[in-house]
Amino acid sequence: MKLILTEEEQFLKDTAKNFAEERCPISHFRSLRDNNDPILWDEEIWKEMTTLGWPGILIPEEYGGSNFGITGISVILGECAKTLTPSPLFATGVLGAFSITNFGSSEQKQNYLPKIASGELTTALAIDESSHHNPANTEMAAKKDGKKFVLNGKKTFVIDGASADLLIVLARTSGNKGEMSGLTLFLIDSNDPGIEKIKLDMADSRNYANINFDNVEVDAESILGDEETGGETAENILDIGRIALASEMLGNAEAAFETTLDYLKQRKQFGVLIGSFQALQHRAAEMFCELELTKSSVLAAMKAADEGSNELQRLSSLSKTIAGETLHLVSNEAVQMHGGIGVTDEYDIGFFLKRARVAEQIFGSSKFHTERYANISGF
Amino acid sequence: MSNLDKFRDETKKWLNENCPPSMRSGADPSIPIDEVWGGRNAEYKNPESKLWLDRMGEKGWTMPTVPKEYGGGGLNKEEVKILNEEMFLIGAKQPLLSFGIWMLAPVLLEYGNEAQKKEHIPKILKGEIRWCQGYSEPGSGSDLASLSTKAEDAGDHFLVNGQKVWTSYADKADWIFALVRTGAKEPKHDGISFVLIDMATKGVSTKPITLISGKSPFCETFFDNVEVPKENLIGELNAGWTIAKKLLQHERAFISNFGLAGAAAAGGGSGRDIVSIAKKHLGEENGKIKNSFYRTEIASHKIKEHAFGLTLKRAGDEGGKASATASMFKLYGTEHNKKRHELMVAASGIDGVAWDGDEFDQDDKNLTRAWLRTKGNSIEGGTSEVQLNVISKRVLNLPSQ
Repeated sequence: MKLILTEEEQFLKDTAKNFAEERCPISHFRSLRDNNDPILWDEEIWKEMTTLGWPGILIPEEYGGSNFGITGISVILGECAKTLTPSPLFATGVLGAFSITNFGSSEQKQNYLPKIASGELTTALAIDESSHHNPANTEMAAKKDGKKFVLNGKKTFVIDGASADLLIVLARTSGNKGEMSGLTLFLIDSNDPGIEKIKLDMADSRNYANINFDNVEVDAESILGDEETGGETAENILDIGRIALASEMLGNAEAAFETTLDYLKQRKQFGVLIGSFQALQHRAAEMFCELELTKSSVLAAMKAADEGSNELQRLSSLSKTIAGETLHLVSNEAVQMHGGIGVTDEYDIGFFLKRARVAEQIFGSSKFHTERYANISGF
Repeated sequence: MSNLDKFRDETKKWLNENCPPSMRSGADPSIPIDEVWGGRNAEYKNPESKLWLDRMGEKGWTMPTVPKEYGGGGLNKEEVKILNEEMFLIGAKQPLLSFGIWMLAPVLLEYGNEAQKKEHIPKILKGEIRWCQGYSEPGSGSDLASLSTKAEDAGDHFLVNGQKVWTSYADKADWIFALVRTGAKEPKHDGISFVLIDMATKGVSTKPITLISGKSPFCETFFDNVEVPKENLIGELNAGWTIAKKLLQHERAFISNFGLAGAAAAGGGSGRDIVSIAKKHLGEENGKIKNSFYRTEIASHKIKEHAFGLTLKRAGDEGGKASATASMFKLYGTEHNKKRHELMVAASGIDGVAWDGDEFDQDDKNLTRAWLRTKGNSIEGGTSEVQLNVISKRVLNLPSQ
């Protein structure tokens, strides 16, 4: 496994960098937030991303995608994260596209993949039910009733849950809370009767919802993958999501660091540039080292995902842990090194701090993944 | 069959025929293990150590990338990779530990003249001459360029007077590569030259320094009217600082590997693996380290170690843009190694600070000494603080005061 980007991956990265800088500078995100936009992403931008083929990157060519791989989509998300570009690309282009491509029946693939690739259909993955990520703790019941299943319960903190057309829902078909067995994944139209979406107002001003399921009826054809083994399937989908998210978080951290370095080279106090103070230089150098480790970890995880490595789980937890710790450090230091303007709403650096803390929680915090890494490694 | 496949077959065959049994994994543990540094006065407890060195030295495979005309293996990158893989497969020991290979040979290849390369490199690769490094002085540590060991022009030779310190194994070395002042004190970087000195020359003497670990890997080295032939000057007169910096990069790259190589070696059951140490001293429950506080700390540490290993691999795959990152690797590798030893000592409890006597396991006593030795890792070859300065200025381009 070579830890370098291929030419195609580098091309996707460069394209995304230009797109983010030209079409979605941070002012774009700011205006969505300031205008209390109901879905907090822009239809026009999503159309442009679709024209570039991004929602179809994980989808096979026969269904209208380009099959460029996890590394491809992750580096795009990393570049978009540098300008905090909001879009359905993560929830739809990664989670939705990966789930259905890898675990969907041929009918599900026919139904959904071309629409995902063309940007018509957006998706959301509904796993969590409390304030901490823990798929094994799924309680939401899917009760078998003849050929149908009836779902009752509440999903929390669903990314793009306020707008997605199709929900991928983890529910319990047998067993008890705390067990990874007895779980099943369902594909459910978000407009089905009994579904109530409650938009969440989070610190990072992104699109999230809690979703109530009140006697929602689905048929057996809606099962994604196999009945009862949805826990395993969900873990696989989550690992891909964690890797793509780690790439996003790396992009956030790189941008916050670059902005801070620029500031250290411009701001004068005591008659000199503050970047000449050793107290700040050494902290900047330490952040540089952590960023380098994060780049390597994320790259190794993306490559492992594309190569189907048996190290996937361990590298997924490694990359989410390291990306979380690095972004935590850099987002704090970025605000501190900006001084007073760092804590003003007018200045963009605070957005990175807010985004950091939310992203750190998504699909498991660094603590969750350190524990998982230790379990996998036999510590 | 491609050339590389052919090379692999030949290499496999050669190693099979030439690597002695005690130099491979699975060797009889009763056979003593030598730390082979070569040199005029080398002694071997196991004759196969010498045999293995001679055979590898003859092939030039102690430094396989060096051109054949200087006694190297003349191998390209792919061939070196194959050689390493084949050596790894049979668990072949590195035949030679050498400052000559790690530091001097690369700069001789770059800055030495033809006669100097032909004279010195083959002897380094065969392990005939053991080298040491004369850089630091009592008054010049982090501020190395302020060094004052003087080399005066005395016609056909330099007359060298002064003192070096922290010279690794100077008491066992045959030659020393040293920085000496041949020009003015100011500007300090412009009056330094890089010279090679035979330690057998009249006026050279050494004195070991005992460290907090109880061991003495370092010496003070004294020069008292030492006559050094002018042909031993490497590069231009007063242009030694450029060479010195280049050599430091090689040294830093080498030291940064300590942390990782140590961790990798520990995997082989030497008893220096942090997880097994923790399980031994703190207990094991369902295959896990029993104490959850230590377990968390160790897991976080192992995650960083994994990420650092991947970063070294990435640097290799990117094709060695080493100069910018050598400081980062040196800084991170040594700080990580110190942390690893602190964790091992803590997880060992009172056994982790055992010094001597029969009441303690040899592994525990060795760990105490090893832990103390790591405190020098972040000082030698440029302190961590110096590395942070280098990263700030050269990589991040932060302004000077």
